[in-house]
Formats: sequence, structure tokens, C-alpha cells
Amino acid sequence: MAQIGSFALLLALALSVYSFLAGLLALILKNRGSDRLGETARRAGIATFAIVLLAAVVLVVSAFQDDFSIAYIFHHSNRDLPGPYKFAVLWSGQEGSLLLWSFLLAAYGLVLRLRFRVDSRLFAHASVVIAGVQVFFLLLLNFAAHPFALMQGSLPADGAGLNVLLQYPEMVIHPPILYLGYVGFTVPFAFALGALAMRYPGEKWIHITRRWTMVTWGFLTCGVFLGAHWAYRVLGWGGYWGWDPVENASLMPWLTGTAFLHSVMMQEKRGMLKVWNVWLIFATFMLTIFGTDLTRSGMISSVHAFAQSSIGTWFHGFLLVIFAVCLFFFLKNRSHLRSEHKLESLVSRESSFLFNNLLLLLACFTILWGTLFPILSEWVEGHKVTVGPPFFNRVNVPVALLLLLLTAVGPLLAWRRTSLESIKRNFLWPAVGAVLIGLFLLATPQSWGSVFGMKPWQDMSYFYSLMAIMLSALVGLTVISEFVRGGRVISRHTGQNMAASMAHLAHRNTRRYGGYIVHFGVIVVMIGFAGSAFNQDKEQEMGFGDKMNIGSYTLVCRSYTQEDKANYGSEWAILDVFQGGKQITTMYPERRFYKANQQTATMVADRSTMKEDLYLVYEGQNQDTGRPIIKAHVNPLVMWVWVGVLIMIVGTIIALVPSAVPVRVAVPARVEAAPVGAGD
Amino acid sequence: MRFTKRSTKRSTTRFKMRFKNPHLKRSVRLLLLSLAVFAFLGAGDEARFEDLGHKLMCVCSCNQVLLECNHVGCPLSDRMRGELAASLTRGDNDDLTLQSFVQKYGPTVLLAPTAAGFDRVAWIMPYLALVLGLTTVILIVRAWRLRPLVLPEGAIAPLSGAELTHFREQARKDTEL
Repeated sequence: MAQIGSFALLLALALSVYSFLAGLLALILKNRGSDRLGETARRAGIATFAIVLLAAVVLVVSAFQDDFSIAYIFHHSNRDLPGPYKFAVLWSGQEGSLLLWSFLLAAYGLVLRLRFRVDSRLFAHASVVIAGVQVFFLLLLNFAAHPFALMQGSLPADGAGLNVLLQYPEMVIHPPILYLGYVGFTVPFAFALGALAMRYPGEKWIHITRRWTMVTWGFLTCGVFLGAHWAYRVLGWGGYWGWDPVENASLMPWLTGTAFLHSVMMQEKRGMLKVWNVWLIFATFMLTIFGTDLTRSGMISSVHAFAQSSIGTWFHGFLLVIFAVCLFFFLKNRSHLRSEHKLESLVSRESSFLFNNLLLLLACFTILWGTLFPILSEWVEGHKVTVGPPFFNRVNVPVALLLLLLTAVGPLLAWRRTSLESIKRNFLWPAVGAVLIGLFLLATPQSWGSVFGMKPWQDMSYFYSLMAIMLSALVGLTVISEFVRGGRVISRHTGQNMAASMAHLAHRNTRRYGGYIVHFGVIVVMIGFAGSAFNQDKEQEMGFGDKMNIGSYTLVCRSYTQEDKANYGSEWAILDVFQGGKQITTMYPERRFYKANQQTATMVADRSTMKEDLYLVYEGQNQDTGRPIIKAHVNPLVMWVWVGVLIMIVGTIIALVPSAVPVRVAVPARVEAAPVGAGD
Repeated sequence: MRFTKRSTKRSTTRFKMRFKNPHLKRSVRLLLLSLAVFAFLGAGDEARFEDLGHKLMCVCSCNQVLLECNHVGCPLSDRMRGELAASLTRGDNDDLTLQSFVQKYGPTVLLAPTAAGFDRVAWIMPYLALVLGLTTVILIVRAWRLRPLVLPEGAIAPLSGAELTHFREQARKDTEL
């Protein structure tokens, strides 16, 4: 099997090199034979997909066959590993995850190359860029991180086993989805670079890549939050985001990608920000490569980095090459990127996008700066420093709040110019609503729950929470008012009820109303974040019948026991949970000891409601008494984070659905009415 | 992203166990003594314990905040928590407490850069970036607003059908929300 895999990787490299060079020559030569040469390059790109797929399948089959002659399989699998995790072995180590990168890139490349008739010349340029990126990853796979390298010496009877932190169901989907996001940004990057290189007229390349970018952004959003959910359920420290370097690495391209999704509208509609947009997508792609580098090279220690090696040099070199190529084409063709219009008023949609981009990029810069500062500090002062949550929270929480404010105001502003009267009309009631909600949270008794009876003057974190909830309410109310306003117009003209009218409205302009739903998801996530200011935790040894009180809960230890399974042995406690004198559930926090790699892992017991999570961790066992030590957390509003992400995904899907043809309302005389809900 | 935690009572029972090694056990008992003192600390000290414990990192390479380290069998976090409690019991102020940790475990024990020396650069840069970004945006806006409108040479000719469609489309884009 190893020989088949190795040969497939070599063949894939040869094909992608051919696809790159032949494609490049075809674009440069522009003679009669160049079209045929370009076509062979396209087909070589398609064949690359088939061959990389073969290599990936060989690796997975080897995992299922327990072929420990392959070093990668030995280090990341064992005989008793459950089937789904054997499948996940493909992305559980460095070599495999690079193969996954290469495979997903080949899959995106396949779709792009099959759709080349949309605009064959632009697609040929993009195809060359993708082939170039593919060459880099296949070079890595063949010469620096070979997934089919063989074990030296006698064959081991069993594998070393999969890292215990990765033996969690979410790990079967989190890395591929995150990588679909990472890798997907190669496509808009390839189109942007191709369009710049060929001085592509107009903004058609943006229309072509719009859906690619949104799909990619959706995958990255999903991947980032799946990672957060995995951290919450597996690492067992009671939180979901710790500003870890690898978490940061996934957030940075998300922030620049989000900025691009907004600012690109200015280019589509007003022909502005062309230079900005090109560099935004260049930066987003470079950040995805940087993120892969950070996760895979061991440049910075992280709880999410499961591989460390010397491939960092390859990535640094590749990043330099990408930057040089982007800079070259930018300097060569920058005259092509002149703005077509000017800004007419500061109170306009254009300026709100400018400030939105400024804040998103500031957050991205802060994260990049904080992530790299330990390296800089070591270089300058000779010792590393830690840059952790206090640094990131201090800068990024106010930035996030300002972004929320812009999310509320921006959609209410018109392109070019907005009158203050119009802002007042659209903004008054949502603002009043938000203030009322804030007052309600201040006036209600604390006994109602964590966010009630807030005293923002006591602690900055409470103040931030209050602001987050009030601004989220503001955004939510403006989104609702937009739906209601549009729905009313449709209802008046079609006679449909309000719900049907709003659905009709969303269908007429899916991009705009899908975007509003994404915004709605964002505020639900932000409310979830706001709850973390009120987290509580407590740690206690729990023998038979022992009680622990935390928040409104009383935990009673009913029993604790041990169990032995093929892959692991486990210790767990059985805890009855009472609230208001009534038993509401029984929970089973567990600690596992994995036999193959002699590692322990916690299996968190989590009772999640919209109000709060009761989160129990089996910390260990008192060696003297044999009794378990339980750490309990009460984390308010955590479920809002996951629900918010689901809403964001639904919004993204809606935005991807093609809009219905707008129905024009017949009016008397010669004045043609603007279609309701048309435009973005 | 998370805001900071509301302080809660931490049971000291955890500090009784985990160590089979007799030397470690003895040191844990000593720490328990200091923790027993901590149990009698006032509410203010308890809040300080939570606050300072969230400014320090467990240095066992688990990359977790000291008070959130749940690394089973962690050789350091219990000891560090004990040292923190002992420092507060002695009446050390926040700076002295943090400094004693830096002396013992090195600068990486602090969760955020200090406001002294080169560390200050870490804090200044995001604000500098904000100022630079704002200045850039203002300059862009200024340049855009002052940009002269380029008119075609010669007299303004009547619009053809295609041009009219183009302008209608632009007007639609400009006027929609």
C-alpha cells in the first residue's frame, strides 16, 4: 500500500507541475498552439485531483488495515481504535493533514476547472495559481512530510494510538470543515491574482467568486466554532476560547475574509476600494497559509497543535514567494485598480464599510501582533513572554462592541448619502428598545439569573456584558425592523400575511436578507460571549452522598466506579443534580486512560440549557481515599454561542440561494416603481 | 472571546491528594497549611486571589491559566496556587506577588506583557495601529471627496440606449438601501 501511496504522490506532483508550467506557458505565449497547451494543463489539473484522492484513500485504507509498516499509521492509530477515528487518522497528524489540504485544494481546483466555460481566460489564470499552490503542498508531501514513510527496523505489533484529545466525535468533522474554509480562500485569491495579472476588465471576477467566498467563509465560521466547541467539551477547563495561538490563527483569516465580504460590495456597486479588496483577499490567503504553518510547524506552543517539525522553513519561504508575486503584479498593474467614484458623504453605506473594515483589520492586527509578540520579544530581549487572554480581551472586546454598533447602523445607511432624518426614522425605535432592555437588566433582581440585576459599575467585565447585550438588542431590532418594513410593503401589494411576506422578501434578495440573518446570528453569539462574565466554578472531593452547592444547583454523589474497555479504561462518578429541591438530572463526568499511548483525557458532563450550562469535570481521584475530585462550572448563556453559529450558517445558506426575480409593482402613469427588496 | 470571571469560592479539599510520592505529599501538606490560612482570608483577598490567579499561567507547559489548569496530575499548579495564597496571607501587594512569581518561574508566568521595557511595545502597537488606520481612512475619505469629477471632452452628447441603461442600473444600485 505504501508504494501505491508514494507513487500517487509523485505522480500528483508531476501532474501539478505540468498543469502549472503548461498553463503558464499557454497564458504567456498566446499563439495558435497555446489554447491546446492550456487545455492539457486544465486536464492535468483535473487528473491531479484523481491521483491525490487515490493517495488519501490509500492512507485511510492503511489505517483500517492496521498497516503499521507506515510510520504515520503507527504513530496515529492502533488496532482497537474505533472505525470513525481510523478514518480521522487522515488529518490527525502533520503529514496526513497536509495531504488533506492538498486533496481539498485539488477538489476545489476540479470544480473550478470543470466550470471553465464561464470565462475560459480568467479561469485559466486562476487554474495556474491553484496549480502553483498545489505544487508547494505536493513538494512538502513528497520531500518534507511524507505520509507513506516506512518504519525502520522490526514491525511493531500495535500502533502508538491516536492522541487522546482527538478521540472525540467532533474531531471527525472539525478539521475537514476548518480546512475547507482555509483551503477555499485559495479560490478567490486565485481569481483576484489572475484578474490583476490579466488586467481583467470590470468586476465580473467578483461576481464569479462571490459564492466561492461565501461558501468558504461559511466553512471557516463553522470550523472555528467547531474548534471552540471541541475545546469546551474536551479540554475541560470550562471555557471555549482561550486566545490560544492556533485559535488565533483560525480567527485571523475569518476576520479579513469578513472584511472582504463587506468591502467587496463597494467595488461591485461603486467601483471603489479596488486596491483594498485585492490586498484583503491576498492577506486572507496568506493568513490561511500562516495558520497552517502555525498549527503544523510548532512555531508557537498551543493546546491545538498536534504536530511539531521543521516544515516551518518551507512555509516561510512559500509566504515570501506569495507576497513577492502579489506585490509584483500589484505594482505592474496598479493603474488598473483606480476607483471609479468618489465618496460623497461620510454618512453613507460606503463610509460604514470603511470603518467596519478598519475595525476588523485592527482586531486581526492585534491578534497577529499578540500571537507573534513572544517570538519578537525573544528576538529582542532574549526571553519569551506570554501574551494571553488579558491582552487580547483588553483590545478586542471594545473593538467587538464598536463593530456591533456599526452592524446596527451600517445596513440603515443608503449608498452615496443618507439624510439624518432618514437615520432618525429608522434608528429611533431600535435605539429606544435597546435602552429599555439595558434598564430592564439593571432593574431586575439578581435572583432571576446571571445577567439580571447587573451592576456594571462594579467591574469592567459587567459593563462590557451590559454593552454587548444592549448593542446586540440594537442590531436585532434593526434587523427585525428591516424585515417588518419590507414585509409590510409586500403584504400590502400581494395580500399575503406578514410571515409569508417576509419569506417572500428574503427570497427576492437572498444576499441582503441572508446577510441580515447572519448579523442576527452574530448578536446571538455575542450575547453568549457576554454571559462569560458571570461564570462560576467550584472544586470538591465527592464521596458517597457528599453534596456540592454551586449556583442554583446541588450535586449529590450517588456513586463512583471504574470500567475497562478495549481502547481505554475509565473512572467516572454518578452525580444526581437537584435544583429547587427537585432532582432534574443525573450526570456522569468521566476520566479515561488510553492504553495505547498511556494518556489520560477528561470526558466532560455538560447539561446545557439556554440559561446556563452545568459543566462537570472529573478531575482525578484522591489516592488516599479513592474518592473522585469533581470540578463544577456554571457557565451562563453558552448555548447562545452554538445557536448563534447555527443561525449564521443558515443565513449564509440563504445568501447563497439565487434570488427570485423581483416582481415589479404596477403603478399608474409613467413612473416605474423600484422593485421591492431588489439589490443588495 | 471571554470577559473575566466572577470570583467564586474554591474548595481546598483538592489539595489533599494526587501525590503518591512522600516528599511531594509533605510539601502538599505544608501548602495545605497555607491554604487553611487562606480559607480565613477576607473576601477582598479572595477576590485578589481570583484576580491574580487569572493573571498567571501554569508553567507545566499545559498553556492554561493558573486557576483554570485542570491538567490531571499537574506537578505545578497546586504548588503555584499555594504560593499565591501564601503571598496574599503575608500581605504582599499585587506587584510584589507577581514579581515573586516572575523571579521564580521566569517572565512567561505572566499571562500578559508588563507595562515596562520592551513589553510596553506590545500594548502600544494596537493603539498605534488604530491611530494609523483612522488617519489612513480619513486621508482616503478626504482624497475621495476632493477628487475632481472628470468630464468627457467636448459638449455633453445625448445618451444612447446602452448608456442610458448603464446609468439606470447605477441609479438603482445607488438608491437602494
